[in-house]
Amino acid sequence: MEAHTVLHQWHLDHGARMAPFAGWDMPLHYAGGALAEHQLCRESAGLFDICHMGRLGVRGKGARAFLGRLVSSDVAGLAPGLSMYGLLLNESGGVIDDLFVYCLDADDFLVVVNASNKDTDLALFRAQAGDGVQVEDLSASMGMVALQGPRAMEVADALLGGSGRPSELPRLGAGRFLFRARPLWAGRTGYTGEDGLEIYPPADMVEALWDEILVLAGRLGVTCGPVGLAARDSLRFEAGMPLHGHEIGPDISPLESGLGWALSKTSDYAGRTAVEALRAAGCPRRLATLVVQGGVPRAGYPVLDGSGRVVGRCVSGMFCPTAKVFAATALVETNCAIVGTPLQVEARGKDLAAMVQKGPLVVPSWKRSAR
Amino acid sequence: MKTDANARYLESHEYARKEGDLVVIGISDTAQDSLGDIVYVDLPAPGTSFAKGAVFGVVESVKAASDLYLPMGGEVVEVNAVLRDDPGLINRDCHGAGWIIKIKPAAPAEWDSLMDAAAYAAMAAKE
Repeated sequence: MEAHTVLHQWHLDHGARMAPFAGWDMPLHYAGGALAEHQLCRESAGLFDICHMGRLGVRGKGARAFLGRLVSSDVAGLAPGLSMYGLLLNESGGVIDDLFVYCLDADDFLVVVNASNKDTDLALFRAQAGDGVQVEDLSASMGMVALQGPRAMEVADALLGGSGRPSELPRLGAGRFLFRARPLWAGRTGYTGEDGLEIYPPADMVEALWDEILVLAGRLGVTCGPVGLAARDSLRFEAGMPLHGHEIGPDISPLESGLGWALSKTSDYAGRTAVEALRAAGCPRRLATLVVQGGVPRAGYPVLDGSGRVVGRCVSGMFCPTAKVFAATALVETNCAIVGTPLQVEARGKDLAAMVQKGPLVVPSWKRSAR
Repeated sequence: MKTDANARYLESHEYARKEGDLVVIGISDTAQDSLGDIVYVDLPAPGTSFAKGAVFGVVESVKAASDLYLPMGGEVVEVNAVLRDDPGLINRDCHGAGWIIKIKPAAPAEWDSLMDAAAYAAMAAKE
């Protein structure tokens, strides 16, 4: 029996095709289909129910140093009102989870983790937390919705009041805003490659906030609608963002997946020794972006070189609605991961021609040059 | 879900519809709806012959790849080339413009063993 978010009935009432994900019954897509939802987010504004994800409060005098030890990136240097992506690594330097850390105050952090790993992460945090560190599971009392797209911030500014406007947040900035006089946190980040917010309302305000976003968008003339998990996957994939269980996992090093940028150069984070050993030895595998012809590459499909020898496997694969190609990410032998290398993907008994291409397939909005 | 009163169906949701000497083959409204957005269709080469029940192609959606089974054996006379650039046509008009192949049936009597539209609709409703 899957868990339900507070928006479960809303999804059913609005034509969602549901599917199980990480123990939750979630909208895969709505009646208009995943391709239309993907385009809606890239062109206007999409609304995502992501209440299934984990939200952990880490507080106390020891919280900053604690997170600095556990998380791979420089989260210990976060000033209040800023956030950062990071990794939890195991002793072999593989990825237990990827996460986002928001610094809410000097001794107060919100850590957002994948739904599939919440229990593992919480147990790890609790086991490692020493004096001066309180770890609290906020997932039930705090909701999470994302509003993403080039017009998302227009709706966000109309939605949230208090001191300042969401559109004044820098990228990766977070602020405390008011919705119907109740305070909530919102961060200018996301998992789509578009501008927008991740919003953390109190659980009892999620439905009202969701409804109000759609009402305000209508009033502003901004096309906005719900987006399910299928489009969430194609959006993040095009933007070159990893998904745990695919591009990263306990058996995959961030060095193999192009996530060296999420590793602190100065702090002694958990798993550092193994990472540096692999860096010194050189990675035998690397993640490559493949554009494929003649079919849809999917996770698990073998990757072959020109002679038909297996050199790796796809970890994600799909049709890309914005890039208009069939593409995969694949972990392959390092010398096959070079841009321009011709490879093949074995798809259900058929060999599809593939070419290594430079990722990401869609440049995230904050890196697109102004016109 | 819509059915075509002139078509007959397989349990695996493919349909056959007579068009002169030929039989038009596609997938049902139930099938396209449960597949979701179709992004690729693997079509056979004209001139290839298949037995009843053989896999003649593949329909790939965002969610999954799905083999296509032939309701009646025969030779592929025509494939719907439009599907190469617009696979979503199957979602939009599966019984009409979204047909997949046309065959010259080898054993026209195989038509009789297919489900008619009413029987198919009843079966699909129970799934």
